Amino acid sequence: MKPREIVLSTTPTSEAIAELRLGDIVYLNGLMYTAREGVYMRALEEKANIPMELPSESAANFHCSPAARINPDGSFEMGAVTATASFRFAKWLPEWMDKTGAKLIIGKGGMSSKDYKSYFVPNGAVYLSTVGYGTGALLGRGVENVEAVHWNEELGLAQAMWVIRCKRMGPFIVASDLEGNCLFERENAKIAENIERVYEGTKPAVLKRYGESDDRSDEVIG
Amino acid sequence: MIPIDLIQKTAETLMDKAAIEIPQDYLDGLQQAAKTEDGDLSSFVLKAMLDNYEAAKEDRRAMCGDTGVPRWFIKMGNEARIEGGMVALETALRRATANATNGVPLRPNRVHPLWRTDHDNNVGINAPEIEYGFEPEGDWIDLITVHKGGLFGTDYRMLFPSDGIQGIKRFYLDSLMAFGKRGLACQPAIIGIGLGGSKDTCMVLGKRAAVLRTVGSRNSDPRIAEMEDEFKELGNSIGMGAMGFVGKNMVIDCNIEVGYCHTGGMPMSVHAFCLSSRRAVARVWPDGRVEYRTDPDWFTDYQRRDTVEWEPVREAAE
Repeated sequence: MKPREIVLSTTPTSEAIAELRLGDIVYLNGLMYTAREGVYMRALEEKANIPMELPSESAANFHCSPAARINPDGSFEMGAVTATASFRFAKWLPEWMDKTGAKLIIGKGGMSSKDYKSYFVPNGAVYLSTVGYGTGALLGRGVENVEAVHWNEELGLAQAMWVIRCKRMGPFIVASDLEGNCLFERENAKIAENIERVYEGTKPAVLKRYGESDDRSDEVIG
Repeated sequence: MIPIDLIQKTAETLMDKAAIEIPQDYLDGLQQAAKTEDGDLSSFVLKAMLDNYEAAKEDRRAMCGDTGVPRWFIKMGNEARIEGGMVALETALRRATANATNGVPLRPNRVHPLWRTDHDNNVGINAPEIEYGFEPEGDWIDLITVHKGGLFGTDYRMLFPSDGIQGIKRFYLDSLMAFGKRGLACQPAIIGIGLGGSKDTCMVLGKRAAVLRTVGSRNSDPRIAEMEDEFKELGNSIGMGAMGFVGKNMVIDCNIEVGYCHTGGMPMSVHAFCLSSRRAVARVWPDGRVEYRTDPDWFTDYQRRDTVEWEPVREAAE
């Protein structure tokens, strides 16, 4: 069965978000901004003023550092764009969503259903995953214009807040819904049925590691 | 004497090629995978990746926004001499890395581990890595650049002889499962396994097995070659495909390299090269000839030699 394709605004209505189903393929139109640990720390921990009107300008937060440069004349050159793994940003996301009204969190690998249920759903937000990973050149084609780069001097090119005008940028995959279901956990559960058979006959290592036991009074030998 | 300007110019071209052009051996492997894949979502992902490689080449833009951490493997024939010597070579490679980061553009990924200082050019302390290998004959230099993704898909473990093949399989599966879920390893990938060596060598062997050998190549030891086939099959029988979705393609190929280790141990490392298997190679001669290719051809008989003296294999006299 071919997945369903949907074109969505980066300032989506709550009805449009409610219609999204796990596994739908999404293409985005409108303004999107990149924000990851650098931006989160600066805005939330150092309390710097966010240099955009959020969420009216954009409700789409991309966990991304683009392959891009700032030309000597101040213009921008953006080649490829790909997401980075989002689970590392769970620490900042609840406060970020509360502060910015972000409705679409776009990244790599999704979050846990616990994250979705505890702060995505109450904020009416969903997670879109990039595809691959990553379709950097295809997503790069969806960049109509780079509107601005904020905090480049403070954070460097990779961590700066890039403001991108998207024109049918995609593909992205809907990885959470308004019930807090998680696409990746659904797939993991299906794969889990087969694991025992694949591991049959293999042996655990004779030397264990902490992490395999969380009790530090344990020994790690055999 | 190999002209240093030519080395830098060639290195810059290689940086561009690695970031933009998917190597043919990996592309063939992925196309084959796409044919056999029957998971709905996995199939969609593989098709999108194939479209992506086309888009990258057409637009001359990097195939992935995370352009990895550029590094260099340098192979020299025993007679090769570099204009300005080895320090000039290293300077030229660092300059090429910085210039291409701005030129392609690539993502300036390299930062200080503690202070997060970013020179915006992928050059810094111990970056890019430059590693060397030598061959008994030749006056050429091979410049090999690899831009591997840096975060997921690699692990190391000290196993012991009593762990045996079943212990090796367990750690291999554990690595694929741990990093395959949600597609963190950006599979299906070329998986490299390092067995033996000192701990650091074990990592180096596995990394090189992943990034310096092509899809379809086999270890010259026939019993290791059999293990490579078996481990490819084993990884693809997990039931996990691209992005960790239900599927049957996790491993495009599995390459194993070995090194002699401590008699009591059997260290093992696992490395996943990603969907954007960025590698590009050029051989440069003193007369100015440059030949581009995508097969590093790193693991020659000389690299895998196991004796004190090296005696090249002579052709049969008759």
